[in-house]
Amino acid sequence: MVTAPTSAAPMENTAAPSTLTIKVPGAPAADPGVASTLIEISDLDFYYGAKQALFDVNLRLDEKRVTAFIGPSGCGKSTLLRCLNRMNDLIDGTAIRRGAIKVRGIDIYGADVDPIELRKRVGMVFQKSNPFPKSIYENITYGLRIQGVRSKTRLDEVVERSLRGAALWDEVKDRLHESGLGLSGGQQQRLCIARTIAVEPEIILMDEPCSALDPIATAKVEELIHALKKQFTIIIVTHSMQQAARCSDKTAFFYMGKLIEYADTSTIFMNPANPQTEAYVSGRFG
Amino acid sequence: MNPVQHPFTARKNRSRALEKLTFWLFRLATYLVLACGFFVFGNIFIKGAGTVFKKSFPFVNTVFLTEAPESLYVFTYQGTKMELGDRDYRAFRAAEEARAKAAGQPVPQFNAESYVYSAGGIFPCIVGTVLLVVGSMAIALVLGVCAAIYLNEYARDGRFIRFVRLSILNLAGVPSIVFGLFGFGLFVLFAPRLGVAPDPEKWHFRLWPLHQYVNFVGWGVSLISGWFTLAFMVLPVIITASEEALKSVPRGFREGSLALGATKWQTIRKNVLPYALPGILTSSILGIARVAGETAPIMFTAAFVVRDKLPWEGLDHWTDFFFQGVMALPYHIYVVSSKIPQNEYTARVQYGTAFVFLFLVAVIALASILLRNRLRKRYQW
Ligand SMILES: Nc1ncnc2c1ncn2[C@@H]1O[C@H](COP(=O)(O)OP(=O)(O)OP(=O)(O)O)[C@@H](O)[C@H]1O
Ligand SMILES: [Mg+2]
Repeated sequence: MVTAPTSAAPMENTAAPSTLTIKVPGAPAADPGVASTLIEISDLDFYYGAKQALFDVNLRLDEKRVTAFIGPSGCGKSTLLRCLNRMNDLIDGTAIRRGAIKVRGIDIYGADVDPIELRKRVGMVFQKSNPFPKSIYENITYGLRIQGVRSKTRLDEVVERSLRGAALWDEVKDRLHESGLGLSGGQQQRLCIARTIAVEPEIILMDEPCSALDPIATAKVEELIHALKKQFTIIIVTHSMQQAARCSDKTAFFYMGKLIEYADTSTIFMNPANPQTEAYVSGRFG
Repeated sequence: MNPVQHPFTARKNRSRALEKLTFWLFRLATYLVLACGFFVFGNIFIKGAGTVFKKSFPFVNTVFLTEAPESLYVFTYQGTKMELGDRDYRAFRAAEEARAKAAGQPVPQFNAESYVYSAGGIFPCIVGTVLLVVGSMAIALVLGVCAAIYLNEYARDGRFIRFVRLSILNLAGVPSIVFGLFGFGLFVLFAPRLGVAPDPEKWHFRLWPLHQYVNFVGWGVSLISGWFTLAFMVLPVIITASEEALKSVPRGFREGSLALGATKWQTIRKNVLPYALPGILTSSILGIARVAGETAPIMFTAAFVVRDKLPWEGLDHWTDFFFQGVMALPYHIYVVSSKIPQNEYTARVQYGTAFVFLFLVAVIALASILLRNRLRKRYQW
């Protein structure tokens, strides 16, 4: 098993540093061949109050790869995704009763982890694009301003870099100070992606980012995901088999709160081991 | 008669007649309400305009709007009927008596009838009401918005929170005189003051070991007592409305902000409250009319029947500003109405005061509406 590549220090909980990112000089960059595990989910049981939503989920997600979560509605894809940046903390009565989620070996539900710091490292793009009713510029700089960045040159630079990163720069560079709500649906979603990458997270969670978009806007976002995986680890929830097949390296299939199968995307779609997976990807149920 | 019958031919039957009847009943009820409104406003407007406006330049009764109330003296002197305010009457009388004395004539008799507060103006009342409204709304908004944020954003729904909500609802139904007496007990008689020596003759609550600095001597009949009493009276309205406004801000704004690593308070301050503010202001406008118009809460806590000094005159220390009573428009109407005898002179003052009061509330409300609209434009969503 390949773990996070930090010298000799054991990466298990013991010496957990308080910040999650440790940019290790000389760490192997995304080598197309081998991928290292970034997120490790083990034996996870998740509850909404008394209702169990996830059952014994075990999953290792690769760094600088795109992982897709698929499965019929209500199977717990969003729930698992929202566990990864602790957005579920905001819902009353939610609890992880068993198991753990580790990012680079650090238990993100550990007592010393601040969910605010975690969310700076683990960004999220929502199903319904939610640009803030502020200017495009203010949307992008929101995260940095929250962190106390005031320097105009720095902010300008980040705005351009993020918008370019989200393939939106050319379309909006002349209207940075107009409201983000004036953009088209697809542009709004890319604005939200730009806003997320502006705070330079390591991981980007996307919950059905294209479900409200037309095919052309969808294609643009998919292209973007392709480009982003050079820098970010991306986890995407989708209801579209084609989308999962097109953008992801690995795919996890969930059913009724359980992880049924997890493998390379090509395996899941061409040669699934589990008959339920086979039935779902071939469109026979779900 | 049209011989052609088809499935949709209109028929006369009971349910159609009933339909028409109910329609007219509802319509009449609406018209009745409208007529009452027109009558009340029209009456005050027409009669009040007689006091507030003049036929000659400058067309506005400046005395009424800029001076303090005085007694009115009505008398017949050398065959002419005269109506003079207190100061003018004294001056006139002194001058006449001096003239008669100089001419060796007998001292003239005046036999004037006096009517309290029927001359002069209502300027101190206008000032007082504006101060009361602004101060109490500021307090109510700050407290109300804080409470609404706590209830809506932080508190976890439970038995305690449900109890709090129920209490707030009940508070909305408490009669204003009860608020007045509550304010009298808590603020006028009991509230703590810094650096004011207690009255050795009276018993005061002592908060050991702070009793050297803080004494529970009460705030007296004062602006600040009135502010808090009025603020408590409108708090339920403001809290409920602020909660509604906060609820109407989409979840996506909150989640998006939190997902970028903002804390809850940063999220509320930057990405929730600004968008809720127009809604909060809209509902506060109703609160303004209530605060400005209620007499019962201020009659024991803040209002003076008459006060010669304006609030900013003759202050020993700037904090004294908060601890002085004021005159107020609704209380003035009440005071003048309870004077005997009632006649055309008192009626004139009452109508004029009511007119100015309505106008003032309209102006304050309009200002809030303009502010609301500006905010709405700025934080459009
Ligand atoms: N806030 C909540 N409170 C209680 N139960 C919830 C809550 N959110 C989701 N659930 C339940 O948890 C289960 C998993 O929901 P989840 O939203 O993760 O499904 P999903 O796979 O994302 O579905 P979809 O594809 O429709 O988005 C469902 O049975 C759902 O009813
Ligand atoms: Mg979902």
